[in-house]
Amino acid sequence: MKKAHPISGGKKAWNLDMRRQGSGEVQLVFGGRWCIDEDLPCAGELKSELSEDIRRLTYHSADLGAWDSGFPAFLATLQKFCVGRGIEVDQRGLPEGVRHLLTMAFAVPEQKVSGRRGGRQTLFVQVGAATIDFFRGMPAMLHFLGEITLSFGRLFTGRAQFRMGDLWLEMEEVGPRALAIVSVICFLVGLILAYLGADQLRMVGAQRFIADLVAIGMVREMGALMTGIIIAGRTGAAFAAQLGTMQVNEEIDAFKTMGISPIDFLVLPRILALMLMMPLLTLYAGFIGMLAGLLVSITIFDIGVFEYYTETLQALELKHFMVGLSKGSVYGAMVAYSGCLRGIQCGRSAEAVGEAATSAVVTGILLITISASLLTIVYYHLGI
Amino acid sequence: MEKEPHIKIHNLTMTYGDFIVQHDINCVINKGDIFVIMGGNGCGKTTLMRALVGLQRPAAGTVFYSGEDFWNGTPEEQARLKRRLGIMFQGGALWSSLTLAENVALPLHEYTGLPPGRIDEIVSFKLALVGLAGFEEFYPVELSGGMKKRAGLARAIALDPEILVIDEPSSGLDPLTARRLDDLILELRDSLGATIVVVTHELASILNIGSSSVYLDSETRTMIATGNPREALKSGEAKVRRFLTRGEA
Ligand SMILES: Nc1ncnc2c1ncn2[C@@H]1O[C@H](COP(=O)(O)OP(=O)(O)O)[C@@H](O)[C@H]1O
Ligand SMILES: [Mg+2]
Repeated sequence: MKKAHPISGGKKAWNLDMRRQGSGEVQLVFGGRWCIDEDLPCAGELKSELSEDIRRLTYHSADLGAWDSGFPAFLATLQKFCVGRGIEVDQRGLPEGVRHLLTMAFAVPEQKVSGRRGGRQTLFVQVGAATIDFFRGMPAMLHFLGEITLSFGRLFTGRAQFRMGDLWLEMEEVGPRALAIVSVICFLVGLILAYLGADQLRMVGAQRFIADLVAIGMVREMGALMTGIIIAGRTGAAFAAQLGTMQVNEEIDAFKTMGISPIDFLVLPRILALMLMMPLLTLYAGFIGMLAGLLVSITIFDIGVFEYYTETLQALELKHFMVGLSKGSVYGAMVAYSGCLRGIQCGRSAEAVGEAATSAVVTGILLITISASLLTIVYYHLGI
Repeated sequence: MEKEPHIKIHNLTMTYGDFIVQHDINCVINKGDIFVIMGGNGCGKTTLMRALVGLQRPAAGTVFYSGEDFWNGTPEEQARLKRRLGIMFQGGALWSSLTLAENVALPLHEYTGLPPGRIDEIVSFKLALVGLAGFEEFYPVELSGGMKKRAGLARAIALDPEILVIDEPSSGLDPLTARRLDDLILELRDSLGATIVVVTHELASILNIGSSSVYLDSETRTMIATGNPREALKSGEAKVRRFLTRGEA
């Protein structure tokens, strides 16, 4: 009556037999070592061996040697399959420890959760989803812009829930503390401009115009642009991380439940601080860039200090400063807006804070680039 | 104690996207009740609390405060109802840029015209009530988790709210402090006549202070019992009895 049906092959440390026992009953016989490092069989492979008519599964493990969690893991998969097929499983033939582990594993039923993102998606789906997300995000971005506008309205009518001390702290944080990094980067950009100019201008023997190039380049465009990008990485990310952490700690919720506007209290001082400090940083950046140009000119290209100075004075007009400063303010507003937006939109986990910071920098630089192009076109047509 | 309905949770369903956290919750919380929201980890207690206090719009159903529909009200009505709530969040949710005293004082500055001297007195008293006398000038980062929670409670009771909502007050507290907090909650109910909604796992405090309760089940994703937790322990639903006896009955 018994029909032994060995499944294990050859020189494995474990072995597994399947015995038919009467109608619709099958016994699995385990022997040898059932440890994870023994190249254990997959319960999935066994499924095909269990024919449709089987109604009951029993175990026999008298010859079982050592085992570790690999053994109950195999059994658990098998058991889940049997439950799905309506096969009754009799665990009495298993060692007691294995039975206990299985009981614990099945004590809390598996959660059937719908609407969870599962598995990897194809590139096509990912691109599509990202595009849809972007357009879905537009109303939220505009909504946030509206909220900030209302908040500014309250500020000018003196009704904003706003602490002057916070504004000072933020101004210190985004302004003076950024001087070092702005100095380094803008010095190097000034130096690059000077070399770039020297090479081209030498061909027409007009090297003293390096001064014009550096002065106008730094004051009009590069000072604001480089400062904007530095601030996006430094302050925009910091804003997003700060507000995101407050979101995770439910601090923002605490404001909302008390009827205090988190926009007034947290976003407004940050945006104001950046809009006030950015023009100053831009001015400073222009100055540092010109200093670098001067150093390069007198040491490498034999231009006199006085010559460089008068040439710079001649080149610079008030309109260049106005263009540079206005661009600086706009970039500052863009960075502050994207930092605060991503911070307030942050999810409720530590991971989300990191994503918010990254996203703030990306959004900030994107908005800077877009507004830089728009402003350049507008200023060109206005003739300034 | 008069049995006057204070909060009514009506057919409430909470979701995150397509994921239904809890559906069809119906409860009545009377004035002066200490209402305990029980249930295993992740069953949706915090989510229910967020719907109660106006932070997360329910997918269906609403909450009534003294008969006024919160979720179908105008923003002005909602703001007025929210003013009557004091909320303590799971981790305290103290504003990290403010000292403890400033944290507790902010709602007082916003909503009362009290002179600063009076506010300082009230702040010190509220901090003393939660056992944090002398910590006025500390910043939240300088406190342990349990201390942050207690400071969060001090802020929640700053304005003597009609309804106090507390998320997991005693997790992470030592037994004596947890006991003190229970006593404080009872005291706030008795002295201020507040209605208290508390999310907790602490069996001792559920049985000690709870006068009514709801049990949220994470398998069926809805409530399976309401009523006094002491009665639930004796003669309630089997799942609730298991929860209340740590699986021993
Ligand atoms: N922001 C969220 N997005 C998606 N799912 C969430 C979010 N927050 C909580 N959840 C899910 O909702 C369920 C209930 O969470 P919660 O109310 O925090 O539980 P608890 O009862 O422990 O307080 C959990 O299963 C959790 O996974
Ligand atoms: Mg919770």
